[in-house]
Amino acid sequence: MNQLLYHLPVLQVVIPLLAAPACVVIRQRHLVWLWATVVTWACLAMSIGLLMRVYPTGGAITYEIGGWVAPWGIVYHVDALTALVLVIVTGVGAVVMLYARQSVNDEIPAERHHLFYAAFLLCMTGLLGITVTGDAFNVFVFLEISSLSSYVLIALGRGRRALTASFRYLVMGTIGGTFILIGIGLMYMQTGTLNMADLAARLPAVNDTRTIRAAFAFFTVGVSVKLALFPLHVWLPNAYTYAPSVITSFVAATATKVSVYVLVRFTFIIFGAEFAFTDMKLDVVLLALAIAAMFIGSLVAIYQTNVKRLLAYSSLAQIGYMVLGISLTNVNGLTGSIVHLFNHAMMKGGLFMVMGCVMLRIGSVHLRDMAGLGKRMPWTMAAFVVGGLNLIGVPLTSGFVSKWYLVLGALDRGWWPIAVLILLSSLLAVVYVWRVIEVVYFRDPPEDAPTERCEAPLMMLVMTWLLLGASIVFGVWAQIPAGVSKAAAQMLLGVTP
Amino acid sequence: MTTNAPPGAIMIVGALVILLLRGRRQAIGALLITIMSLVSLMFCSRGTYGTFQLFDYQLTVVRVDGLSLAFGYIFHIAAIIATIYALHVRDGTQHAAGLIYAGSAIGAVFAGDLITLFTYWEITAVSSVFLIWASRTDRSYKAGIRYLIIQVGSGVLLLSGVLLHVRDTGSIAFDHLIGEDGAISHASPGVILIFLAFGIKCAFPLLHNWLQDAYPKSTVTGAVFLSTFTTKLAVYALARGFAGTDCLIWIGVTMTLFPIVFAVIENDLRKVLAYSLNNQLGFMVVGIGIGSALSLNGTVAHAFCHILYKSLLFMSMGAVLYRTGTCQASKLGGLYKSMPITAICCIIGAASISAFPLTNGFVSKSLILSAAADHHMIAVWLLLLVASAGVMEHSGIKIPFFAFFAHDSGIRCKEAPKHMLVAMIIAATLCIGIGVFPGPLYSILPYDMTEAYVPYTVGHVVGQLQLLLFAMLAFVFLVKFRVYPPETPSENLDTDWSYRRAAPAVVGAVYFVGGIVWRALLKLGRGQVDDVLYVVRRICAPPGIFARTWTTSGMVIWATILLGAYLLLYYIRVAP
Repeated sequence: MNQLLYHLPVLQVVIPLLAAPACVVIRQRHLVWLWATVVTWACLAMSIGLLMRVYPTGGAITYEIGGWVAPWGIVYHVDALTALVLVIVTGVGAVVMLYARQSVNDEIPAERHHLFYAAFLLCMTGLLGITVTGDAFNVFVFLEISSLSSYVLIALGRGRRALTASFRYLVMGTIGGTFILIGIGLMYMQTGTLNMADLAARLPAVNDTRTIRAAFAFFTVGVSVKLALFPLHVWLPNAYTYAPSVITSFVAATATKVSVYVLVRFTFIIFGAEFAFTDMKLDVVLLALAIAAMFIGSLVAIYQTNVKRLLAYSSLAQIGYMVLGISLTNVNGLTGSIVHLFNHAMMKGGLFMVMGCVMLRIGSVHLRDMAGLGKRMPWTMAAFVVGGLNLIGVPLTSGFVSKWYLVLGALDRGWWPIAVLILLSSLLAVVYVWRVIEVVYFRDPPEDAPTERCEAPLMMLVMTWLLLGASIVFGVWAQIPAGVSKAAAQMLLGVTP
Repeated sequence: MTTNAPPGAIMIVGALVILLLRGRRQAIGALLITIMSLVSLMFCSRGTYGTFQLFDYQLTVVRVDGLSLAFGYIFHIAAIIATIYALHVRDGTQHAAGLIYAGSAIGAVFAGDLITLFTYWEITAVSSVFLIWASRTDRSYKAGIRYLIIQVGSGVLLLSGVLLHVRDTGSIAFDHLIGEDGAISHASPGVILIFLAFGIKCAFPLLHNWLQDAYPKSTVTGAVFLSTFTTKLAVYALARGFAGTDCLIWIGVTMTLFPIVFAVIENDLRKVLAYSLNNQLGFMVVGIGIGSALSLNGTVAHAFCHILYKSLLFMSMGAVLYRTGTCQASKLGGLYKSMPITAICCIIGAASISAFPLTNGFVSKSLILSAAADHHMIAVWLLLLVASAGVMEHSGIKIPFFAFFAHDSGIRCKEAPKHMLVAMIIAATLCIGIGVFPGPLYSILPYDMTEAYVPYTVGHVVGQLQLLLFAMLAFVFLVKFRVYPPETPSENLDTDWSYRRAAPAVVGAVYFVGGIVWRALLKLGRGQVDDVLYVVRRICAPPGIFARTWTTSGMVIWATILLGAYLLLYYIRVAP
């Protein structure tokens, strides 16, 4: 047992990686679903186990693959931040898998189910690998695994627009991946190492070279593409809108979070906060882009009529909040950023699951088709309201916790106008959430529309409520996510608690 | 036996239970829940409890002390009366919204810290708007949206203020927020924001329009709830945080005076009540501003009594609206024949709001007036007297006169339903009861006074009677000289015009000019806002630049531009 616990960091990645080809072997669609579900829940159990080993006591774990010592061998590295992101990815994955059966049956041709689940597991492998690895080149490898599989998954969406959306994501994602690779390559050129800890130790000596500065530029732009930071977000709305419902929930809740994690890890740990923010002034650039994302994302969301697309633009704004927290470079701001990774995964994952339920029942997520849906799908729509309150950041929801820390961070930095902007952009969230609520509850359905109850299947409903309910629970009892995030933020900034 | 249940929680949880019931059970359930909540409050122990950790902050959900108890009791009494009054309603939304609204207002007055206060503050805003929307008309929907925007806006101000305050002081406790000198200009920005948030809910002058806009458009029963909680919650918050703030005295005096003009010329009787609500709040705000034990007790007592007679008046007008379908003064009249009990209750309410001796208005208002006199604030005292005469004109006489007497409108309807009568009689009994035996009311007042206050001195009674009788004389005089109240709506308004002349014309002129300037400013602002919205729509609504699907090459170009910008920036920054 101890042996197993010791190998947890690598099992976390290897198990879904090996399970993916098994899906293709199993082939029978119900069994494949069962298999994928079991694997994702096992992954969740492992990541919770890892979190409990590093938080609140225990400290970071370094696992050497095959017993090869760093910096020659590849190491996996787990600290509070890593474990939190692992829990986000596996948690959403596990919930989404239970939710997936009916939705996938409805949206994806039966003969492709096994491929779908295989790609899903690969995508999760990639995301987990990026998170857990302590090797810079490994990040790129896993990034490509997750990206390639997500292109496939998005392309499985209904309608031909899914294909173009996937293609556009492929182009942008590849550019982003290549930039990251070039960045890592330049770093390797100067330091001769790919191990993150080793890089962190060697980079300060060569910081003044143009090579490292170019590496930093390539790397930041590459990650900005992957995390859809304004103005490099344009692949995101279509990809989220046209992907299968299950994939939208999973990717929206996890992929961009992992990219934010990569940004945080590289800037704070590898390049070092002093180089990235004091010398390179990355904080100013990120601040400007984050503010633009918060406002433009929300404003565009206000005018959307396709609710999935509306939520996609809202994601753009929420990514703005996460990046804003990074740009504040203090404990409160960074805590806000990290806790928002967790909170946004729950709320946006849940909201997209609501849209999956709607898609299943009425075959559309267009506002004009959703008039009066509050009476037909009361539980589903109530879940949307809960998610909406989270997006706005109403107290007792987790969205409030994130914004509270962000505002405190902005005030700590002495940037009170930023605090005002955070609150103002929350008001924009009120508007776009309200537009949906108004249509769903206060608009009468068209004359010829059916009026009978058509509540989503129980399992889908339960899973949707599980995520959104968690967002309330962690809004009220915020000590756990906020505590982990604060520990992570202190670790990143090198502040002793 | 004592309990530690958070006051108000029973109602909020109960509201969810109500939604599961159907029909008549909802109404009865609401009543039972409210009574249960009152019983639980009676047994609740004093002190602070219900602390829990919300990330870095220790919240104190419940703080039971004299001030919060006084408000807690009257909020419960009002909620019980209002639920009895609403027994006929077969609309689950209204019952649930009413319960959540009352429960969160009660929760708010027991909140021990600013975050809890803010939370309840927003729940009152969101739940109460359903009482306005429940009228289910287009006008009420729009008014509800306007109301909601302003109320939520007040919450956002409160939260911003709390954040700044926490940063300055590190404390989230909801205690006295203003400094020793009582000058708001010396307060920190956070405290000023909190003050503004309270001010919006308390309907300070120029921040008051939401009240007259929304309340008359709510449902018959909704208005009774609305008239009780929102503004008195703000009064409580001001009394807790800003007692002794000098500027409140003059804000309060303005509040007592300016609605008179509007109330006198207004035709919708529920709107008249909304204006007079503002006037009554002014007395309480003055009491808070003076800040002595006597004046603060006066504020609490006045809030207590005011809730009773104001909901009584709203109930009587609601009953008229329920039976006749209108509340327009020009269409009503002569209803005393059809609705005698409602008429009597309305007259009792009117007498109370005018502070006749032997009514509760007298025993509470005289506390504030005495406090002003004690502090030798002669101007304040005189202006409050003028305002009292004004109350007499527009609420004391106008409301019952036009609804139940005046010319006979010919409307013959049934007396109000039994449960409405019961609710009104309970309120009327309390109005008189407290007026005759003020002891119990005085005994729950939170602040220690050096000597027991005696309302019924010869001076007080004679002074008040003089005031009231001369106000009545003025009314009769005006009516006589303008001949009898005319029969047609248009001429009815004519009579109103005469009141307006009697009212200080200067105030009217100032408001007229002020209104023009204000509207011009608004128009100017609106022009700018329209321009901004136009630009936003151009770029953010499809097919604007940010909302359209960019071409693949467009996306790539952006990535390249950004990379180029970064490279250039970092190239420049390389140390030579």
